[in-house]
Amino acid sequence: MSLTTDDVKKIAHLARLGIDESDIESYAKDLSRMLDLMTQMSELNTDDVIPMAHPMDQVQRLRPDTVTERNNREQFQAIAPQVEAGLYLVPKVIE
Amino acid sequence: MHNKSITDLAKGLRSGEFSSVELTQAFLNRIKQHSSLNCYITVTEDLALQEAKAADDRIAKGDATLLTGIPIAQKDIFCTQGVKTTCGSKILDNFIAPYNATVVEKFNQAGSVMLGKLNMDEFAMGSSNETSYYGAVRNPWDHNAIPGGSSGGSAAAVAAGLAVCATGTDTGGSIRQPASHCGITGLKPTYGRVSRYGMIAYASSLDQGGPMARSAEDAAIMLQVMAGFDERDSTSVDLPVPDYRAGLSNPIEGLKIGLPKEFFGAGLNSDVAAVIEAAVNEYRKLGAHIKEVSMPNLKLAIPAYYVIASAECSANLSRFDGVRYGYRCANPEDLTDLYTRSRGEGFGKEVKRRILMGTYALSAGYYDAYYIKAQKVRRLISDDFKKALSEVDVIMGPVAPSAAFGIGEKIGNPIEMYLSDIYTIAINLAGLPAMSMPAGVVGGKPVGLQIIGNYFAEHRLLNIAHQYQQVTDWHQQSPKGFE
Repeated sequence: MSLTTDDVKKIAHLARLGIDESDIESYAKDLSRMLDLMTQMSELNTDDVIPMAHPMDQVQRLRPDTVTERNNREQFQAIAPQVEAGLYLVPKVIE
Repeated sequence: MHNKSITDLAKGLRSGEFSSVELTQAFLNRIKQHSSLNCYITVTEDLALQEAKAADDRIAKGDATLLTGIPIAQKDIFCTQGVKTTCGSKILDNFIAPYNATVVEKFNQAGSVMLGKLNMDEFAMGSSNETSYYGAVRNPWDHNAIPGGSSGGSAAAVAAGLAVCATGTDTGGSIRQPASHCGITGLKPTYGRVSRYGMIAYASSLDQGGPMARSAEDAAIMLQVMAGFDERDSTSVDLPVPDYRAGLSNPIEGLKIGLPKEFFGAGLNSDVAAVIEAAVNEYRKLGAHIKEVSMPNLKLAIPAYYVIASAECSANLSRFDGVRYGYRCANPEDLTDLYTRSRGEGFGKEVKRRILMGTYALSAGYYDAYYIKAQKVRRLISDDFKKALSEVDVIMGPVAPSAAFGIGEKIGNPIEMYLSDIYTIAINLAGLPAMSMPAGVVGGKPVGLQIIGNYFAEHRLLNIAHQYQQVTDWHQQSPKGFE
């Protein structure tokens, strides 16, 4: 299985991940080799196997629906790149 | 003082032979003296001396734990309130954590002293510590060799006596492989045994924090502090924590050890194989019985792991978006440009490779072929372990196919690097506990023996390792220049 440079660009867009034009070729090569490795799994018949998402067979714990966290907004926003009046700033989305 | 056990140091602190401030200063001096190893990303000198002073007061009051006043260090994947927490990445180079990880909080409560934050592969993705934004760590046994990864800074710091012990995390071998390469004792606990709260996520169904120390006894003391239920981690397991030190001296006569034949096939360096055989022989002398077991699906652990880990990483790392914390690119044109360039400029090459792989494996049309298939293979591998562990008490084998390789040797070939994880990653897929302890030296570099146990059998693993360390001295050897 091999990926083209266009495939890599498409995947990078899905991940919102900037990659240097000069690196695309090498990502295509590396990812293709990784996919070759992964294709080995198809040798094994797994028709009746239940997928294992997690090592522990446990259900999610429930708790009463009450407020347990303090409001740490100021503390959290102190490390944000850009904030104003308690809001996170990003470039304008709506004209 | 730098190569004493935790119990010896605790005695010295109590008897007044030395204070925690003196002990901490001695370690801070060593960290400066050996800064070329690049073990630390951040040294918290002032904080450490403050904590040491508080520890001395606590010891004087008679309300100390074994770890009170002991200088330790945290892998830089654990959030430390008010202290830079980078996860080895440029994208978090300016991140001052607003809260403590549960593991950090527990060490604080025990009164240990934090010397600083340890270097690691970026977001714990790597087997050599070379993917760190802060540069490679050098192996104290051979400065041109890698210390292993991703907890390379932790392993090298403990081996070089730049911390009494350290925390690590293990997603595919990241505690055990560096412990093996640096000649220390490291334990990956059962998934769910140690809280992941505040431990920056790489692959959430595989990540587990654990102790890295000079001996099984020191690791037991650390694990006692780290283990336990935490309601802030939804995958934390609510089971009582045994007294890990209490069982260390139990005899191991009659122990049934399984050796998977797939662990000793082609690909294993013959000198490493000889070290493992000698260690197993030592157990035979201690009264253990040896049996061959089989892991027929082991080979497929690598592809299954790299699908699952990449998929989970692509989801986990989507939180780094340049909006709420961490690196933001300069002059973004619009929101998409802000996300794309902040992430593109902030992440290194290996992290990008895995995000791309995971995004692909989870994308429409490929999800069943890769992600679901990998989860099915995961089940079969886990079943192999269950079957083997119904026949024997523990499984033993190598940790890595060879002793530490050279810096720069494999970094250009990611697949070759992945293949070196063959003996460790299957254990994470199953969620079992496993440890590495020093068992010999090959070409002047240490080699570890891996011991794999049943779910929540950490006390048994520590007991088995401790018994070996009572009759051998591999764990007491120090690299040249660090004695």
